[in-house]
Amino acid sequence: MKTHRQGVFAVADVLPRRLLGHNTGNPLEMTRFSAWSVFRNGLSGQSGWTRQWRDPEPKKQYDIVIVGGGLHGLATAYYLAKNHGLKNIAILEKGWLGGGNAGRNTTIVRSNYFMPGNRQFYEHSLELWENLSHELNYNVMFSQRSHIALLHSPGAIDGAARRYNTMRLTGTPDAEIWDLEKLKQNVPHLNYGPDSRFPILGAAVQKRAGTARHDAVAWGYARAADALGVDIIQNCEVTSTSRSGNSITSLTTSRGEISAKKVGFAVAGNTSRLWQMAGFNTLPIESHKLQAFVSEPLKPLLDQVVVFGVGGAHFYISQSDKGGMVFGGDLDWYKSYAQRGNLPIVQDVAECAVSILPCLGRVRLLRHWSGVMDMSMDGSPFICKTPLDNLYLNAGWNYGGFKASPASGWYFADLIANDRPHETIANFNLDRFAQGVSLDERGAGPDPKLHG
Amino acid sequence: MIRINCPFCGERDHSEFTYGGDGSIVYPELDAPAEEWVEAIFQRENIRGVQTETWHHVSGCRQWLVIERDTMTHEIHSIKAAHEGVAKVLEAGT
Repeated sequence: MKTHRQGVFAVADVLPRRLLGHNTGNPLEMTRFSAWSVFRNGLSGQSGWTRQWRDPEPKKQYDIVIVGGGLHGLATAYYLAKNHGLKNIAILEKGWLGGGNAGRNTTIVRSNYFMPGNRQFYEHSLELWENLSHELNYNVMFSQRSHIALLHSPGAIDGAARRYNTMRLTGTPDAEIWDLEKLKQNVPHLNYGPDSRFPILGAAVQKRAGTARHDAVAWGYARAADALGVDIIQNCEVTSTSRSGNSITSLTTSRGEISAKKVGFAVAGNTSRLWQMAGFNTLPIESHKLQAFVSEPLKPLLDQVVVFGVGGAHFYISQSDKGGMVFGGDLDWYKSYAQRGNLPIVQDVAECAVSILPCLGRVRLLRHWSGVMDMSMDGSPFICKTPLDNLYLNAGWNYGGFKASPASGWYFADLIANDRPHETIANFNLDRFAQGVSLDERGAGPDPKLHG
Repeated sequence: MIRINCPFCGERDHSEFTYGGDGSIVYPELDAPAEEWVEAIFQRENIRGVQTETWHHVSGCRQWLVIERDTMTHEIHSIKAAHEGVAKVLEAGT
């Protein structure tokens, strides 16, 4: 018997049909989701849903090609079409949508950044998140459940107060410092005991922060971009580029030669490889892997996102709508392109988990996985022009790529359409190290693995 | 788990070590132009494949090692002491 599902998961239902190669050159007429359409399809055995985006053959020529069909590439293509009215856009994805870091994160959205540039950028991203389900007519399940950063010393409280006061003064009114009593009222089951490994003194809280459903973000942007005419081409790996003078003229891909007037790279951990295909050598980026974990599903246990970082420990956790505890910690500590994690970090993260939430001690791990992070030299990203006239770069997202997706696409589209950086991202360039204006939020120095 | 055959201690789990970084970087002279320093400090080739890197056996002999390791498969191709004099003594002794 056919499984009945809610409308927001309809994409999964049509995935196999996409393999049938039912292609048309025209964008699909997008079925709008509504309470009525969910109800009606509930009565008709969920038989009324149509495919959500096309599976077009690549054309020989596009005005704009975005390499990388992750959240940033999909958002970029959507805003190019939506905000700038541009047509003839393609996204080239070497695997499948949502198969890279889009599907390997811990889905935390927040804007508690400190440095000028980062402040405005991440706050803008949070504002885009707040309206994203409506904007895309797709339930991205954005849940503003609060982000609670635990504080473990008087100095940490002072430091957090400085940061969160800066947030309040620069357009983020939901930043609060909680004392221990308020924290205990809201999250009673943390380890407040006198013998706790990391004694808790208070917390820095952003109430508009929260989580979202990562797959829905990818599918929502893909569906909305497709409806605006963007060709989303999966299983299409770029293998080399052709240059003429100071421009890229075409990309050689696993699905043929594709020429483009403008090219944007948004490929996270594989940025350096693509950069070298474009004829360059080095970047201020190293690829490191980061693991994430999900437990077996539990009844409601944790209402907020809880994070802490003190000494050598680093941990963040939330509970998914399916009940799984979703959590992660540090990088694997050595450079790697392998999308698989190592066991010492599994042990580290498990130790962090039970140190702060002892009630998780008997909970079983369901899955864990690893993604390749584009760790930059100062922990901040790049949305910038390059030495080539028609090549644009979007990279260096470190741990922060998921929350940044909407604004990353918004500003990258603005950069590509107008051929100049918006003032908000003026420092998100490759020259900032030579100029001595690195955006080092943690003050960790030029060692990429320390910017987690 | 990566197993690292320390030339001083024998084969150990990588959790005894800390990863240093790209071992191919040569720092310029102190009075070299700023561009050369920017290149050495901030710019990386970020190889997918065999790269030269440094590791510190911090929970063992505390010696620094230079290792050739594949960043895709994690296979280790060579290991030697980072200190050239020590590396030569070790080679001569075997």
